[in-house]
Amino acid sequence: MSRFILRRLGFMVLTVLLASVVIFWATTVLPGDVASQTLGRFATEQAKQELRHKLGLDKPVTTQYTTWLSNYVRGDWGDSPSMATKVRPVVFERLRNSLMLALVAFAMYVPLGIFLGLIAALRKNTWPDNLISVGSLAFIGLPEFVSGTFLIAIFAIELQWLPSQSSIDPGSSFAEAFPYLILPGITVALTSLAYVVRMTRSSTVDVLQMDYVRTANLKGLPPRRVLFTHVLRNSLLPTVTVVAIGIGWLIGGLIITESLFDYPGIGRLLLFAIERRDLVLIQATALLIVIIYVVANLVADVLYAVLNPRIRYT
Amino acid sequence: MATIMQGPAPSGEAAKAPRPVFEIEGLHIDYTTELGVLHAVRDVSITVHEHESFGLVGESGSGKSTLAMGSIRYLASNGKVTDGSVRLNGQELLGLPAKQLRELWGSSIGVVYQSPLSALNPSIVIGKQLAEVARQHLGMDASAAKARVVEMLTKVAMPDPEAVMKRYPHQLSGGMLQRCVIAMALMTDPSLLIMDEPTTALDVTTQAVVLDLVAELKREFESAILYITHDLGVITKICDRVGVMYAGEFMEQADLRGLFARPLHPYTLDLLGCVPHFDPTPEKRSLVTIPGAIPRVDELPPGCIFAPRCEFVEEACTIARPPLEEVADEHLSACRRWRIVPPPAEYLREATAALRTAGASAEQGGVLVEAKDTEVHFKAPKGVIRAVDGVDLEVRVGETLGVVGESGSGKTTVARAIIGLTPATGGDIKLRGSSLARTTGKRPRSTLREIQMVFQNPDASLNPTRSVGDAIMRPLTLLSGVSREEAKRRAQDLLRSVSLPVSYFDRLPHELSGGEKQRVAIARAFAAEPELILCDEPISSLDVSVQGSLMNLLMQLQVDKQTSYLFISHDLSAVQHLSDTIAVVYLGHVMEIGDAVQVLTLPFHPYTEALLSAVPLPDPDVKQKPIRLGGSVPSAMHVPTGCRFHPRCPRFLGDVCVNEEPPWREGQGDHRIYCHIPLDELSRLQTGTLVFSGAEPAAGSIDYGEDDR
Amino acid sequence: MVEPNLTDESFDTAIMDETMAKEVLGPDGGRARPATWRLYWRRLRKRPAALVGTIIFCVFLFLAVFGPWVAPYDYQKQNAELRLAKPALTHPFGNDQFGRDIFSRIIVGTRNIFLIGGLGTLIAVIIGTAIGLLAGYIGGTGDEVIMRLLDVLLSFPSLLLALVLLAAAGPSNRNVVLVVAVLYIPMVARVVRSMVLDLKNKEFVEAARVRGEGRGYILFREILPNALPPLLVEASMRFSYSIFLVASLGYLGLGVQPPSPDWGLQINEAKNFVQIAPWVMLFPAAIIALLVISTSLMSDGLRQVMLPGGGRN
Repeated sequence: MSRFILRRLGFMVLTVLLASVVIFWATTVLPGDVASQTLGRFATEQAKQELRHKLGLDKPVTTQYTTWLSNYVRGDWGDSPSMATKVRPVVFERLRNSLMLALVAFAMYVPLGIFLGLIAALRKNTWPDNLISVGSLAFIGLPEFVSGTFLIAIFAIELQWLPSQSSIDPGSSFAEAFPYLILPGITVALTSLAYVVRMTRSSTVDVLQMDYVRTANLKGLPPRRVLFTHVLRNSLLPTVTVVAIGIGWLIGGLIITESLFDYPGIGRLLLFAIERRDLVLIQATALLIVIIYVVANLVADVLYAVLNPRIRYT
Repeated sequence: MATIMQGPAPSGEAAKAPRPVFEIEGLHIDYTTELGVLHAVRDVSITVHEHESFGLVGESGSGKSTLAMGSIRYLASNGKVTDGSVRLNGQELLGLPAKQLRELWGSSIGVVYQSPLSALNPSIVIGKQLAEVARQHLGMDASAAKARVVEMLTKVAMPDPEAVMKRYPHQLSGGMLQRCVIAMALMTDPSLLIMDEPTTALDVTTQAVVLDLVAELKREFESAILYITHDLGVITKICDRVGVMYAGEFMEQADLRGLFARPLHPYTLDLLGCVPHFDPTPEKRSLVTIPGAIPRVDELPPGCIFAPRCEFVEEACTIARPPLEEVADEHLSACRRWRIVPPPAEYLREATAALRTAGASAEQGGVLVEAKDTEVHFKAPKGVIRAVDGVDLEVRVGETLGVVGESGSGKTTVARAIIGLTPATGGDIKLRGSSLARTTGKRPRSTLREIQMVFQNPDASLNPTRSVGDAIMRPLTLLSGVSREEAKRRAQDLLRSVSLPVSYFDRLPHELSGGEKQRVAIARAFAAEPELILCDEPISSLDVSVQGSLMNLLMQLQVDKQTSYLFISHDLSAVQHLSDTIAVVYLGHVMEIGDAVQVLTLPFHPYTEALLSAVPLPDPDVKQKPIRLGGSVPSAMHVPTGCRFHPRCPRFLGDVCVNEEPPWREGQGDHRIYCHIPLDELSRLQTGTLVFSGAEPAAGSIDYGEDDR
Repeated sequence: MVEPNLTDESFDTAIMDETMAKEVLGPDGGRARPATWRLYWRRLRKRPAALVGTIIFCVFLFLAVFGPWVAPYDYQKQNAELRLAKPALTHPFGNDQFGRDIFSRIIVGTRNIFLIGGLGTLIAVIIGTAIGLLAGYIGGTGDEVIMRLLDVLLSFPSLLLALVLLAAAGPSNRNVVLVVAVLYIPMVARVVRSMVLDLKNKEFVEAARVRGEGRGYILFREILPNALPPLLVEASMRFSYSIFLVASLGYLGLGVQPPSPDWGLQINEAKNFVQIAPWVMLFPAAIIALLVISTSLMSDGLRQVMLPGGGRN
C-alpha cells in the first residue's frame, strides 16, 4: 500500500517536471526574442542586449530552465513586469480568491449531484431518470460563457437580484465576497454537476445489478439498509474519484468564468498575464495550476485505493 | 492434511416427512421484453417436504432459475407472476405485502448462489455480512450475533472462524466462500433452502467437499431444499426427488432412483445418454444426440414442446400439449407415449455407435509431438510462478491425449507452450523429432500448419466482424496456399463436415449460437489439415446436449481425418470418453499418465483417486468412497517441497513425501505413477474407491470388487 | 428507495440479470439477424433524445457545408441604420453593433466551427489511434513510456494548455486546429490503447497468432475493426468538446480573429451591449448551446446503439 503511494508520488513529480519543461518551452523558447517584443523593433541592439542580460536570457536555454525551476521550488517566483511587484504574493492572493469560489461551487454541486444521480439510478427509465439523464448530458458540454451569459441576463439584468460583475477588492473576507460568488459559483457548478450526476448514476446502476445486492435483498434486509450499507459503499467510490479530480479543476481551471464575471482569481490572472505577455507571471501561474491539478489527481487515486478493500488488501 | 471421512451414503433416504413445506401450484411467470410478452414458466407445480431435497434439472432456456427465484417473488421489474399459488409452510406468498415478504426472505428462506465471490459484498468483511442476518431476523445484538456466526461457520467446517470473519471476500478461496454463503443461508434455520447451481463454479474436488457438507446439513437441519443444476451427477448426491424442465415446463418428475432407473420421458432419456458414461473400455462409442435446438419460449410448437426433436414422435403429439400427470407411483411424465420409452441401458446401446477403438493406431503411428521437461515459469514481483514445472507428454499419430487437472494445474499453459502462444522457459518440445521454436513468431509456416487449436470460449474465438466463411477460408489461403475459389469450395465442405448448413457461410458470429460458433471454430482448426489439434476445454461452457453432439463431432472427425488431439479438460468423464491416453496434472506436474483404461483402474495416484471419488457420476447406484482433499491448491509461487501434493495427500506417508521427490513407478505398458507408495500397496489401499454396482455391468467394464474394507 | 411495486405482484428491485435473461431468451442466435446498420437504426429510433440530437446535428452539418449559399444576407455587410436592431421578420435574430444580420453571421459561422473543430478532431483521432494501437500492442516498457508522456499533456486542465500553447504560438486558425489536435491526441490514444489491451488477449487474436499472421495484419484486420465502434463514439464526443473549446477560445479572443463570424467571438464582442441589446449575445450563445447539446446527445446515442450493453445508462 505504501509502495503504491510512493510510486504514485514519484510519477507525480515526474509529470510536474515534464510539464514544467513544456511550460518553459512554450513561454521562453517559442515566442522568439523577448527583447524585441518588449522594447520594440526600433530599439538599439545594445538596449536589447542589456535587457536580455537582465532577464538572464543570454545564458543557454537549459541553464535558464534549471535556474527558473530551482528558484521556483525555493519560492522565488520573480518579478512581474506588467504588475511591477513580486509575483508570489499576487499569485497567492488570487489563489485565495479562487479557493473561495471553489468552495461555493463545491458546496453547490457535490451534494446535489450525488443526490440527483442516485435518484436517476434508483428510478431508472422513469421520467425523473430521463429528465435528469438528458439534462445532465445537455449541461456537460455547455460552455461556461454560455450558461454564465444566460445567468447574468436573467438574474442580474432582468431580475436584478445579483451583481453582474464580481470584481471584489483584494483581501475581501468570505462574507464580503459571498454575494459576488453566487452567480459564478452556479455557472461553474452547472457543468461539474453534470459530471457528478452521470458518474453517480452510472456506477449506482452498475452496482444495483450486482449479485451482492440481490443477496442483500434476499437476506430480508430493509431497503434502506440495502441502499446505504451495501449499494452506496460501492457505488460512490468512482464518484469520489471524479469529485477529487474536479477539485483540481475548480481551483485552477475556471479561466472563462473568472473572465466572464471579472473575478480576480488565478485563472483570470493567467489570462491577464497572457494578454500582457508577462512571461514570468505566465510561468509561475501555469506551473502552480498544473501542480494543483496533478496533486488532486494523486489524491483521487490514493483515496480510491484506500477506500477499495480489493486494492487495500493485496 | 486430508482424512478419509466416513461420508454419507449417496442420496437415498428419501425421507417422506409427511409435512409439505414448499408448495408451488400451477405457476405461470411472464417477462415483458423487446420481443413482446414471453411465457417463461408455464403451469408448474412442485411440492417439497421437510428434510427433502428436490432437484431441478434443465439446460439453458429451461426456466429453472426463473422458477426458483420467481416462486419466492424475486423477479426483475419486467417479470411477473401471472397465475398460480406458492405456499411456504401453508402461507401464501403471492399477494403478500412487501414488508412481510422481506421478512420471510430473511428468516424462512435461505439462498445459496452460483458464484460465491460475486454474491458477497466486496467492501464488507465476512463476519459483518453474516452477522447482519442474525441481527435482523434473530433479534440478536452484536455479541450474540458474532457468537452465532462463529457457531454457523464451525458447522460448515470452516477452519479458524474468527480469522475468517475479519477477511474480505476476495481474500478467500471459492470453496471457503461458498461455505460462508451456506452458513449465511442456514443461519435462521430456514424452512426452505434454495441452492442455485452452488458448485458449478468450483473445482471437482472442492465441489465434492461442499456436496458432502450439504448432504450432512440436510440431515441436521429440517429445511426443504430446492436444488437447481444442469449436472445429472450432482443430483444423485443430494436429491431425493428430481424434476426435469425444458423450455419452461416440466417434462418429468420422479424420485431419484426411479428417474435414473427408468425415465418415462424421451427428453430425460436423451439427457442421460448425452452425458459420457463413465466406463473405461477401449471401445469408444458416440453419445446420444438430440437433433434440433432448444426452442425459444416465444417460438414454441403447438403440441408437445419436445415433439420436433423427439424420436418417438407421432402425429397426435403435435396437436395438443400433453399434461404432466402421474403415470406410475409418484412418477409424473408429460409424454403421451411414456409406455414405449425404453430402459436406458438398452436405449444407449441402440442409439449410439462404436466409432473407434482406443490404441488401435498405436502400432502404425509413431510419436507426433513430444514434450520433455517442459517448464513455463513467470517472473512476478514477489517470486516466480511455476505454472508448468517439469512435464513430460507424448501425443501419438491419430490418437487423443487427454490432459485432466483442476484450476492451477497448468494444463492450459502446457498446451499454450506446445502451440507457441506462451513460450516455454525450459525443456524441449519436438514435432516428429525436430525441436519447435518457442513462440509462434519464430516457427515456419509449415510447422504452424501442423498444429492448430480450438479455444475454450466460443464467443471470443471468432472475430465478430468477420463472416463465418471468411474465418474458415483464412487458414486455407494463408497456410495451405490455395486460391480463393478453391478455399471457398473447401470451406463449404468443412461447414458440411461440422454439420452446419452452407447458408451460414455469410453469417456473422453474433448470429450463431454457442454450439454453432464452436463448430465453426472446429472447422477453422481443421481447415489447413493439421496433424494435431489442441482442444482447450472446448465444450465446458455449453449445454449438456450440445456438449454431447460436439464430442461426437470431434470423434468422428478424428476417425475421418486421422488427426491427433490434445484434449484438455477439468471434466474427467469427458476426458475418459474421448482419450486414448490420459495424463493427470497437479500444480504444474504430471502425477499419473498411461492409457485411458489403465489410468482409471487400480492402482491410482492418490490425486487421481481423489478425483475419481469426487466426480459426481449420474448413477445413483455407484459407490464412491469419499476420499477428500483438505485445503486448497497452493499458489504456483510456493510449490511444496518433495512431492508437491503432500500437504493435501490423503495417503501421506511421512517425511519422505516432504523431503524427496517421488520416483516414477512403472505399471503395465506405458502406465506411470509419480508416488512414493509402491503400486501393489496402492492397489491394496485403494480397493473399493469406485464401485459400480447394479444389475449387469456393460460388456468390458471393470468390476472394482466389493464395498470398502 | 428500493421499494417494491405492489400493484402488479412484482418487485422493482433488480434489473434482469444475465442468467435470467439467458434463461428466458434461450440460447442466443441460431437465426439470421438483420444487417448491423439496420439494427443500429432500429435502436436509435427507440431513443428519442438521441434521435433528436442526431437530426439537429445533421442540420448544422448541412449549414456548415452550404452556409454561405443559404444565408439570407451577406454576413459582412454593414448597415448603419440597423445597428443593434431588435429581431424582426426580416432579420430573425436581429442585428449587431455594425448592423450586420446576426442570423446570417451565425449560419456562416457554423462552417468555421465545424472546420476548425472537425479538422482538429480528425487529426487527433488519426494520430491518437496510431499511438494507441502502437502502445497497446507492444506493451511493456514502450507502452509505459508512451503513456507517461501522454500523461504529461493530460496533467494540464485543457483550457490552460490551449492558452499556453496559443499564447506562445500566436492565435490563428491553423494554430487553433493544431492546439485542438494536440489536446485530444492523448485522450483518443488512451481509449484506443485500452481497447487494444482488451482485444489483444481475446481468443480470436490468439487464433490469428497461431495461424502465423503478421503483426500488421493482426493490428489492422483483427483488432482495429473491433475497436471501431468505441472509437467512433469517442471521436464523436471529442468533436462535441472541440466545439466547446473553439468557442471558448474565440470568446477569449484567442481563436479566430475578427471580422470572422466566430460564435465565441460574437459573444465576446456583444458583452458590451448586453444591457441594451441582449439578443446580440443571446442568440450566438443559444446556438452554441444547441450544437453542443445535440452533439452530446448524438454521441451518447451512438454509444448506446453500437456498444454491447446498449440500453444501460
